[in-house]
Amino acid sequence: MTAFLRAEEITKIFPGVVANDRITIEVESGEIHALLGENGAGKTTLVNILYGLHRPDSGRIVLRGQEVQLRSSRDAIALGIGMVHQHFMLVPPLTVAENIVLGMPSPREPLLDLRPASREISRLSQTYGLEVDPSARVWQLSVGMQQRVEIIKALYRGADLLILDEPTAVLTPQEIGDLFNNLRRLKAEGHAVIFISHKLDEVMEISDRVTVLRDGRLVNTVDTAKTDKASLARMMVGRDVLFRLEKPPVTPGEAVLKVNGLRVMNDRGQTAVGGVSFDICRGEILGVAGVAGNGQRELVEAIAGLRPVVGGEINLGDHMTTYLQPGDLLDLNLAHIPEDRQKVGLVMEFSVSENLVARLFSRLPFARNGFLFLDVIRQNADRLIKEFDIRVPHAEVKARALSGGNQQKVVLARELSREPDLILAAQPTRGLDVGATEFVEHRILDQRSRGAAILYVSTELEEILSLSDRIAVMHRGEIMGVVRPGEVSEEELGLMMAGEKRRS
Amino acid sequence: MFETLRQLLWSNDLIYATLRLATPLLFAALGGLMCERAGVINIGLEGLMLGGALAGYLVALKTGNPWLGLLAAAVAGLLAAALFAVVVITFRANQIVAAVGLNILMLGLTGVALRAAIGLSQGQTPAPTIPIWKIPGLGDLPFVGPVLFAHLPLVYIVFVLVALVAFVFYRTTWGLAVRAVGEHPRAAETVGINVIRVRYLTVLWSGILAGVGGAMLSIGYLNTFQEGMTAGRGFIAFSAIIFGRWTPLGTMLASLLFGFADALQLRIQAFGVNIPYQFLVMLPYVVTLLALFGVGRSKAPAASGVPYVPGEE
Repeated sequence: MTAFLRAEEITKIFPGVVANDRITIEVESGEIHALLGENGAGKTTLVNILYGLHRPDSGRIVLRGQEVQLRSSRDAIALGIGMVHQHFMLVPPLTVAENIVLGMPSPREPLLDLRPASREISRLSQTYGLEVDPSARVWQLSVGMQQRVEIIKALYRGADLLILDEPTAVLTPQEIGDLFNNLRRLKAEGHAVIFISHKLDEVMEISDRVTVLRDGRLVNTVDTAKTDKASLARMMVGRDVLFRLEKPPVTPGEAVLKVNGLRVMNDRGQTAVGGVSFDICRGEILGVAGVAGNGQRELVEAIAGLRPVVGGEINLGDHMTTYLQPGDLLDLNLAHIPEDRQKVGLVMEFSVSENLVARLFSRLPFARNGFLFLDVIRQNADRLIKEFDIRVPHAEVKARALSGGNQQKVVLARELSREPDLILAAQPTRGLDVGATEFVEHRILDQRSRGAAILYVSTELEEILSLSDRIAVMHRGEIMGVVRPGEVSEEELGLMMAGEKRRS
Repeated sequence: MFETLRQLLWSNDLIYATLRLATPLLFAALGGLMCERAGVINIGLEGLMLGGALAGYLVALKTGNPWLGLLAAAVAGLLAAALFAVVVITFRANQIVAAVGLNILMLGLTGVALRAAIGLSQGQTPAPTIPIWKIPGLGDLPFVGPVLFAHLPLVYIVFVLVALVAFVFYRTTWGLAVRAVGEHPRAAETVGINVIRVRYLTVLWSGILAGVGGAMLSIGYLNTFQEGMTAGRGFIAFSAIIFGRWTPLGTMLASLLFGFADALQLRIQAFGVNIPYQFLVMLPYVVTLLALFGVGRSKAPAASGVPYVPGEE
């Protein structure tokens, strides 16, 4: 039997990087084929080639036994290839039906007629269990719903092969379960599925075969049934990986941060944090779990003084800091590792040494009376580059030129080298690969041992469970409950993330 | 006092003049609306109108046919818009800066072209103008006839155009593509829409419409061309799009409001009210400013002003 799709010896070179180096992959009908690899391994480039968004520099693509040329996504769609991008390709102000028919000829061309489309959408919804209201506007839908719309959109275009780029990154555990059921149904109907992930558990659960990429090269393709997590991890990273984080015992001290009835608005002026209370003690990590967009960002920003507080109180040590500006907080020894290191954490056009003093540059020892002491700033940079193992040729390289992991090390070096009392870490491992993630987690644990109080926001349940001393679950701006990692299952956490209050 | 005010506001002339003065704005604004919805901010409307005004005048003058003048105005707008499109879409220049450049270019170019074509002699030769067309039957109705149905044909056309643009936006596949391109061009591209093509077409249309709007000034209401005669109308048209919240109907209402402000100041001047005319001339611009204060942060198409790079992550 010939494979439904066979990509042979695909090579794609971007300026300075070989994103794909002679990669060959085969996908059968009725198969869920996982594509596994770290960030930058070339997964997304490969599927973008299969979807016609990039042209390969060499190699060929054989579909249903025939070689095809994919010049654009239009070609790919016409040949029955559909893709659900990591960042959804939906137009928020348009309705579900409008999004689904977008770019397709209408039965009454040039007039737009959504009625037949709506009927077809309902049929697809029923066949695959993908329930969705065709007349709803996309911006009103939850992320899980939007993903369904993307899948229906691909099926509506007659996709026999569905490519999903990191589909689980944005979902709650329950939504992931639903997605997997949908995928199994698609498989049963004879569709081929390419499932991109760097999460081993998911790959083990859903896929029939796994292709592992590393540094743009094919490592191997294996049957999922004949492999295990450890060997997949070894293929992916190139060395053995410890799954369990060693967490030294620490006895928490007195409370450093006390938050009481905190209320904060989001950028649209709606309540983002609606009356939240908690304490964090010295030597303690309070993990904040939740699906992205449930108020975690606003909570962190309010404590960091970056967002006005509309109600409640924040106390840091003996100081009431509710209404303080970031500048006022400089003396209070608070560290903030922001969610978006490229926009908030760093000035991308500034050098590493400048970024390393971005918080305290106006003070001694770095400056006096408005004049910068450049040699001190440089020494500071050299010291921190060594201490935090930041991989740069020299300290005057622009932050933009660094990899994500090294950028995050710059942020960590600046924020943690002052030995802060409170650390606000907002998704500090987001987008980092296994090695850099380990580095960040260890540094955070070091700070905990030193006696810092740490607020650790993450959307990755595993990470929250392994790092936290206590876990607060946020849903729609409220804390659904505070639990200890040993006393709760992922299932329970998932339910709380979806809005179920913990009874206790 | 009250009586004066009543006479000032309650008059056929005022409504007539409102329609008359709103129409050139509305032509330009409809074109601008199309490209904004596709994600291209076009504050070059001013320059495009000016180009149309001059081309209309010169061609009407040389051929003796105002309709050929109108056609020339559309073509001139199209060509100037094509230049703008190449700069901002293909070469991805900053749309605001490029449009400011276009406006300055057109101001200079029309001045030079005018002198080159008819010499330095002042006291320009009047060109033939587009005639008023009284709609048979309707034009004879009492009261409404002379107010609504005795205009330049372009006045009727522009209101039909509003309906047409609305229909295209919301009832055709092409309109859906335009809206998608202005909000999320990458999503549009992934379903096979040619973002660059859609943007080019809308910008070219805006050139045609603004050119026609400009010609109304030179060979519609006057019979001559003066340097810089658009006097900021292109910018007012641009504001009408924003005040109209990026919808055809809203843009029409905003254009009518600005046209009304212009009509009102002319009428107050004619009334001989004791206000220096310089203040009165400011009225439409002041109304525009106030209107924009009132809009607040409303929802522009998400991708407007952002150059699109096809096929990039």
